[in-house]
Amino acid sequence: MTALGMPVVPPRGSGNLRGVKKFPDAARQELSNPQLRRNIGKATHTIRAKRLNVTGELPDWEQLRDAGAAIKADVLNRLPELLIRLEEAVTARGGVVHWAADAAEANAIVTELIRRTGSDEVLKVKSMATQEIGLNEHLEAQGIAAYETDLAELIVQLGHDKPSHILVPAIHRNRAEIREIFLREMPGVDPELDDNPRHLAAAARKFLRHKFMTVPVAVSGANFGIAETGTLAVVESEGNGRMCLTLPQTLITVMGIEKLLPTFRDLEVFLQLLPRSSTGERMNPYTSMWTGVTPGDGPQEFHLVLLDNGRTAALADEIGREALHCIRCSACLNVCPVYERTGGHAYGSTYPGPIGAVLSPQLAGMDQPDDPNSSLPFASSLCGACYDACPVKIDIPSLLVELRHQKVEHARFGPEAAAMKAASLAMSSSRRWTAAQKAAGLGRVLAGKKGKITSLPGPLAGWTDARDMPAPPKRTFRQWWASDEGRAALAEAREEGQQR
Amino acid sequence: MRIALFATCLGDTMFPEAVSATALLLARLGHDVVFPERQTCCGQMHVNTGYQPDALPLVENYVEAFDDSSIDAIVAPSGSCVGSVRHQHGIVASRYGSASLCGRVDTVKAKTYELSEFLVDVLGVTDVGAYFPHRVTYHPTCHSLRMLRVGEKPLQLLRAVREIDLVELPQADSCCGFGGTFAIKNAETSTAMLADKLTDVAATGAEYCSAGDSSCLMHIGGGLTRLRTGTRTIHLAEILASVEPAVAPKGVPA
Ligand code: SF4
Repeated sequence: MTALGMPVVPPRGSGNLRGVKKFPDAARQELSNPQLRRNIGKATHTIRAKRLNVTGELPDWEQLRDAGAAIKADVLNRLPELLIRLEEAVTARGGVVHWAADAAEANAIVTELIRRTGSDEVLKVKSMATQEIGLNEHLEAQGIAAYETDLAELIVQLGHDKPSHILVPAIHRNRAEIREIFLREMPGVDPELDDNPRHLAAAARKFLRHKFMTVPVAVSGANFGIAETGTLAVVESEGNGRMCLTLPQTLITVMGIEKLLPTFRDLEVFLQLLPRSSTGERMNPYTSMWTGVTPGDGPQEFHLVLLDNGRTAALADEIGREALHCIRCSACLNVCPVYERTGGHAYGSTYPGPIGAVLSPQLAGMDQPDDPNSSLPFASSLCGACYDACPVKIDIPSLLVELRHQKVEHARFGPEAAAMKAASLAMSSSRRWTAAQKAAGLGRVLAGKKGKITSLPGPLAGWTDARDMPAPPKRTFRQWWASDEGRAALAEAREEGQQR
Repeated sequence: MRIALFATCLGDTMFPEAVSATALLLARLGHDVVFPERQTCCGQMHVNTGYQPDALPLVENYVEAFDDSSIDAIVAPSGSCVGSVRHQHGIVASRYGSASLCGRVDTVKAKTYELSEFLVDVLGVTDVGAYFPHRVTYHPTCHSLRMLRVGEKPLQLLRAVREIDLVELPQADSCCGFGGTFAIKNAETSTAMLADKLTDVAATGAEYCSAGDSSCLMHIGGGLTRLRTGTRTIHLAEILASVEPAVAPKGVPA
């Protein structure tokens, strides 16, 4: 309670945390794109196999996962205290800390900081947090050009597209498509460029090198922030991030407040968990760490923007708190059978896949009846592959089930709720249940001579669009059990059992 | 042992052969099989679709039906329903039920087993004396695999079946796309998942695709008959309850 006696309701997140369509509708569109299905299927299967290889070779992988989960639980249990320690440590080492409640505030802070440098260009290190707040779009509207330096992010940016994977934003593109994008959008590209991956990477490098040498300010995210020392860390594969973290005069880091680790030693656990889970590598090629500013070395001005954007709201909720354990490794996406078919765009938010289905409604809410986010908790078959893959053991299927419950609690009473109530009533007594079974026997009429139902009415039509439904058999199990035939068969089986 | 059958709502109504096969198999193994008539449904559909309070009467009914000290074990031919009893009943009971219900849920769930884990872990048998001269592939189903961790148990049982030609299903551990109401709410994504599963089943050239869950089999079987592939679905229990005709004229009951 505040001094005025008003309850404090933490603000929900804003920015790119909500699509325009509900998942089933958005998915329909993606499912009908054969190129996308092929690209994503191929890529996820490759990473899946690599991940299993490198996690399988660690004898203490399960203990590492437990340690990761325990550290994250500890962080979220004492987040306020750790955040203040981080702020003190960063400030003591010459950095400046800013606090942003939502996307708009964070964007305004970053824009102002870039303006102060006098530059109308900024380098970007791949970052989920700035995707989440829509920083690039905001900067563009303010007349500032942002250049993504991660190759895949650059492909997405030049393609006027949205990322569809946490780690591999251009997973939905193949190299022929990438070549076309480069030829069309990249200034000064060689018109003879072919689709050899090395040549494509070289073209991007040439384009970026010029930017690294001339742009004086960079914006990054952070994989980890160490409360004890004020150290920020980014892990990456290409080394372009490292260029942005060292060459410019000014560095601005936008970090979600849950990305904290208490001590420097905790990194040891996460630098094993993260690369193995995300790219299937034993170690990521580049790990950059920086602590405040060092005179004469690297950026001379350092700002850290601590982003809430719905995280406090999530933290206040049992489910949301667990979802904040996520280290954005994307292992859950790569094993998810739903993501594998629909790709990331169907989820609408910066965070796709199983964890996105939990995080987006948690951060941005799903209270309105027609909120596209309210369809996300249902976008899962609850197969559990994500839970098995998650390096910090987030029980995503259980969280989804809890979110479904929350959604239903807030929904208006409709036909589905009525059907569930009726089923609950029928199934809570065996007398009513056997009566209902008799009614189900009417299904045999629907089935006719075929013995199967090929078209169901109303909301059930989705089933028979692609599948038959067997006709209910003439006799239920309990009728067989009570029948002479059933009794005789059982007696005979018993006898055989005695002879064995 | 005195074993109570949990037929599950779907098994009782739509797939009675899977349940009667379970009953006959356990009786043949020398056990006293009973069917508490009060039972209906585990409530999984309600919990998984978001209707937790509506699952409470079903959890209570399950406890009423099976909380009986004369029963040594409760066995169901369904991994997902056993998963629900084990992982969801406690949650529903502690949120909406009485303290005494919570205690009874714990007692009952400790005795509830999926068929393959009961045979292998509790009875200690892998060869149940079955005979099934057909080419069969096995889909492990997500809930058996990941909620119950039955692992190799169904395959151990199948490998011991006489004359069976057991062929490995490619990408066996990927979800078939059923997921309860997911199959309706996200029918198109569900169908896309099913299509890939059917391709994998077809690649085995099997006559039968088997599993330990009638619900997944209903989904896979619905796709197989629609495409007229000629491959049929069959519950694990039905294979395990099949015996050589010469030895016992009555095989699986109709
Ligand atoms: S939920 Fe787990 S597996 Fe998924 S991205 Fe986050 S940490 Fe990785």
